[in-house]
Amino acid sequence: MTKKLKRQGKKIIISLFLFLLALFLKGLGEKSYSLFELFAIICFLLSYLIVGTEVIKKAVRTITAGQIFDENFLMVIATLGAFFISEYPEAAAVMLFYQIGEWFQSYAINNSRKSIKEMMDLCPNEARVLRGDREEMADPGEVEPGDTILVKAGERIPLDGIIQKGSCSLDTSALTGESIPKEVKEGEEVCSGCINLNSAVEIKVTKEFTDSTVMKIMELVENASVNKAVSEKFITRFARYYTPIIVILALLLAIIPSIITGTPLVWIYRALSFLVISCPCALVISIPLSFFGGIGGASKRGILIKGSNYLELLASAEAVVMDKTGTLTKGSFQVVDIVSMKPEMDKEQLLAMAAYGEYASNHPIAKALHEAYGKEIQKENLEYAKEIPGYGVEALYQHQKIYVGNEKWMETLGISCQQPETWGSVCHIAREGEKREYLGYIIIADQLKEDARDTIRVLKDMGIKRIVMLTGDGKNAAGQIAKELRIQEYYSELLPYHKVEIMEKILQEVQPGKKVIFVGDGINDAPVLARADIGIAMGGLGADVSIEAADLVIMNDQPSKIITAIRISHKTLFIVKENIVMALGIKMLVLLLAALGIATMWAAVFADVGVAFLAILNAMRAMRIKEYVS
Amino acid sequence: MKKTYILEDLDCAHCAAIIEEKVGKLEGVSQARLTLLTQKLVIEAEEEKISLLTEEIKKIVKKVEPDVEVIEK
Repeated sequence: MTKKLKRQGKKIIISLFLFLLALFLKGLGEKSYSLFELFAIICFLLSYLIVGTEVIKKAVRTITAGQIFDENFLMVIATLGAFFISEYPEAAAVMLFYQIGEWFQSYAINNSRKSIKEMMDLCPNEARVLRGDREEMADPGEVEPGDTILVKAGERIPLDGIIQKGSCSLDTSALTGESIPKEVKEGEEVCSGCINLNSAVEIKVTKEFTDSTVMKIMELVENASVNKAVSEKFITRFARYYTPIIVILALLLAIIPSIITGTPLVWIYRALSFLVISCPCALVISIPLSFFGGIGGASKRGILIKGSNYLELLASAEAVVMDKTGTLTKGSFQVVDIVSMKPEMDKEQLLAMAAYGEYASNHPIAKALHEAYGKEIQKENLEYAKEIPGYGVEALYQHQKIYVGNEKWMETLGISCQQPETWGSVCHIAREGEKREYLGYIIIADQLKEDARDTIRVLKDMGIKRIVMLTGDGKNAAGQIAKELRIQEYYSELLPYHKVEIMEKILQEVQPGKKVIFVGDGINDAPVLARADIGIAMGGLGADVSIEAADLVIMNDQPSKIITAIRISHKTLFIVKENIVMALGIKMLVLLLAALGIATMWAAVFADVGVAFLAILNAMRAMRIKEYVS
Repeated sequence: MKKTYILEDLDCAHCAAIIEEKVGKLEGVSQARLTLLTQKLVIEAEEEKISLLTEEIKKIVKKVEPDVEVIEK
């Protein structure tokens, strides 16, 4: 709690005590002891002045600055008016509850600010720098690139760098929302903000603190509230008109019926109630707070949103355009199937042949073969291997001539081979014998991400009408992946500028007011990311380019985060609408009832302060969101 | 150039709006944005006027919300 809040709190308690005492005295006074009534009035006045002096001061200050429609000023008018017409309890109560409300607002704002900050506070205050044999604690801002830092088990990494010594498991959840620890070893890059789970590592710092991943993320999320959503702007504009209108209505209400009916006190009382409700505080505070909470909650889940406007746009998405490689698929080739045609030859042998045959090649397919084989290549087993570019290899493996390569290669050799249905690359294996003999094939493919299929299904369920896949791959492969994912619309063999053209077309085809999301891995997709209504970059951790180009950044590589992001958007907007309807609804109702003389000033205080308080509590819900788990 | 101030202990929305409006009207300031939730005031202003403006901003804040402290960043 800040000093100011503590001080105000004390005043409120004293004032409240006096107020209750005054009510008691007033009760006694009604039982004929008129002296008590005088004491009651004094106590009401004291109660009023203790909490009200500051408000009166502020009101004087703003009125001299030429601002009539200031909340403080209007409150002072309302309460002084009540005193004037001898409604002492009301006068004191309005000021007291107004201050209690203000206090709760400040408290709630401070609290939410603190919890959002804590949520985003990813950075330790100290770094353990190694200088010679000594360990020194230093401010992360003072550590230079090239310095070596030591991060022990249980500590958070303060700066970006490369592991120099040791290996460990990292908890990256603060950055990515990913709960499975990541294993890192010597020579690998690590990001600030991750927690070292098990053993000490030495890290060579590569970036200054201000350029580090955590600082970038924190800055981005903090600055997000600068890009205001349409509903935020609406509220600001609305607030500008709301207060003057209510004040004018109050004036009219005080004057016109008084003249007609000749009972001015009744109408002044009603008009004063109007003044109490004249602040649009509930909306002015709660709506930005909802967006801020939504953005904070998203960042907790590894989704960075660059502004409330994007959070708002997400809810009206009609089409999602996705890049294939790196978004829906892992972007790394792996052996997915080995099929042997000979009963005497097992899969392991077939894989060994292919791995030896492709021994010298650097092609991703060859790498995938070696990785799957997993054993050292013994050169004495391989007499020679000759590569025929575009076809495959011919090799002498364990004194046997073998052929490894694609369909064309088999055709050239006059070997008939199987043609499995797959989006991956097929590597055929044959050997020379009395007759050339087909042995089998190995399928090497880019793999779908685990949550890719679910993501597409749930997006459709959520009402995304059009899901489009874009890829530079061949038509056949693209078609099969699309089928696997149940995506009806896909475009293949695309160059980067084709993607922009397709995006333009889709942008024109959606219904007016509806939005198009593009999801890509951010590196060569910058133009499309920029062109789409909402550009989402995947796998942002460590890739500065994508953080800059996109409107939303998904820190890990799960496409299902898109679902979480859209859900956060829906929830936040729902809360915003709830607050607008609730705040305006209650205010309008109380205004009407006050004008008719049904609602008292007490109700007006609730419509002002109580509603603001409820709206803030409701706004805080935006921070909590269930994550989609496939 | 851009300059950021932290307005510590700022916690009322209408004061924030008033401060933002007044700072925005200062001579030499082309844009002023105040976010209540981060307590950050970001101004876009002519570089040579910054130190003068900082004083002006402190005055405005003192007037609107005496409890708020202006910290330069």
